Amino acid sequence: MTSLAQSRGAGETLRRRGAPADRRAGSGAGVAAGWIGLVPFGVYALLFLAIPAVLAIASGFFTVNGQFTLANFDTFADPTTQKDIIGSVGLSAVTAVVGAIAGAIICYALLSMRPDGWIRTIVDSASSVFAQFGGVMLAFAFIATMGNTGLIGIIINGLFGDNAYTSPLYTVPGLVPVYLFFQIPLMVLTFMPAMEALKPAWGEAVATLGGTRRTYWWRVGIPVLAPAFFGCTILLFANSFSSFATAAALISQGGLISLDIFRASTSETVIGHANEAGSLALAMVVVMVVLMSAYGALQRRAAKWGDR
Amino acid sequence: MTAARSSSARFGAAPSKATARLILVITAILFLLPIVAMGIFTFRANGGGYTVGHYLDLFNPALEFNYDVLFQGIQNSLILCVITAAIILLLMVPTMVLIEMRYPKLRRIMEFICLVPVTIPTIVLVVGLVPTYSVVAQLLGSDAWTLAFAIGVIALPYAYRPVAVNIAAVDVRTLTEAARSLGAGYLSIMWRVILPNLRRGIIAAAFITITVVLGEYTIATFLGRTTFQTGLVQVEHGDPYVAIIFALLALLFGFVILLIIGRVGSIRPKNKD
Repeated sequence: MTSLAQSRGAGETLRRRGAPADRRAGSGAGVAAGWIGLVPFGVYALLFLAIPAVLAIASGFFTVNGQFTLANFDTFADPTTQKDIIGSVGLSAVTAVVGAIAGAIICYALLSMRPDGWIRTIVDSASSVFAQFGGVMLAFAFIATMGNTGLIGIIINGLFGDNAYTSPLYTVPGLVPVYLFFQIPLMVLTFMPAMEALKPAWGEAVATLGGTRRTYWWRVGIPVLAPAFFGCTILLFANSFSSFATAAALISQGGLISLDIFRASTSETVIGHANEAGSLALAMVVVMVVLMSAYGALQRRAAKWGDR
Repeated sequence: MTAARSSSARFGAAPSKATARLILVITAILFLLPIVAMGIFTFRANGGGYTVGHYLDLFNPALEFNYDVLFQGIQNSLILCVITAAIILLLMVPTMVLIEMRYPKLRRIMEFICLVPVTIPTIVLVVGLVPTYSVVAQLLGSDAWTLAFAIGVIALPYAYRPVAVNIAAVDVRTLTEAARSLGAGYLSIMWRVILPNLRRGIIAAAFITITVVLGEYTIATFLGRTTFQTGLVQVEHGDPYVAIIFALLALLFGFVILLIIGRVGSIRPKNKD
């Protein structure tokens, strides 16, 4: 399960402090020892991050025998692939928009709770569980809730007779409620800092000038929060677009681009299809880079108000 | 609308207590519903009615074979927790401290490396991990513990944040210079000055790494190894009740771990302000 972006805040904190001038005064031997200390992590990142990332993207350009080809990109002309890309985009768009709005409403309610109180601690922890830890287990929770023999099924069959309920869970549209259970919490985690950055003084200023709460929201709150809100919506889209575990636990056929990557990657015996996973992965990286750049730009725009 | 009107005496962003409670109670009910459904599901008898039989099945020697894959997966995942946490604590943390002490110009690069797995999601990385692990398997064998290298990478963004926030809060450079002026060597500074000051960040990083390992499914399923999550999915096909018992327990366990991180993180050192 991805989770993203809380990590982004850390960099801001570091940068704000500003690096003092490098007052390094170590001996020559000390400096050499220092560089050696950086090597193990560097080698690790090279072997298990850089090389796999390059292999994933580059493999789309090669046949299984190692010859350069563009044939793997033919998969994008395949109606099934096209349908699955539309499925991924549609699912991500719906759950990002609904998740962002619902998450923002929850953040709004949390504003009147004490920041260090137990309600906030529980909401934060529960949000992390749903947003980052869930995956397969979230899928199981929905099997127990909306599956053919789940709680809702029992209730509906009890009311309308046996077999009245057919579970929508094992289709792409059926994933919408499941995905919302990690999208809404991710919105709470990433949007709450922006909400908290609203200065009480602005509310006082609006009130002193005779403004109502409606004036406050239209003229101050919404304009200040808009970049962060749209940034987080994009992040949610990226999160849903790249998620795999929940869908894989519920849907055995295709329907989403992440499921197609799995199918292509594990069907290496089918000649000619092995490296289509690479071309699909490349397409996904392109989408992710665009989305994350837009997110980064909107976060910087949003941070304008935070530093004052 | 009436709520907003009646509270016109207030100003600023925060809603009234009543509005806030209403929103939060609705949220709590919605999010507890699947959890409660899981709980009820574990007591459902196959033919209808309710039973504690599914819990007893876990201890039934005759059925042990069915759950073997799950218990093997749990065992593998626990080993992976230890190794992955070691990778984070022995590779990432010392590198971050060294960069802060000696090479602050590399800070941006370190941040970039640790956040790359956000933009290059697991589902993409794993396509390149498949060929990488065919080499790893030749060198180290194909036991499940080798997954720790790959899972360590996807844990980087989560583990980086608490440590980075902690480092930013304690001014490692001043502490280092103070210790050096008192004659301490680098190892001694690291062990006796820096690490105690970064305790909170390091604990949070270790715990969050454990939740990443226990929740990881994508890498294990692509590489065909048995872990807790892949074990759960396999058992679910034959016995959904037992799978959901374990999923429910794991969700509660994850919640407790994250609650601990939340409490550890929220106790701020007083000396700063």
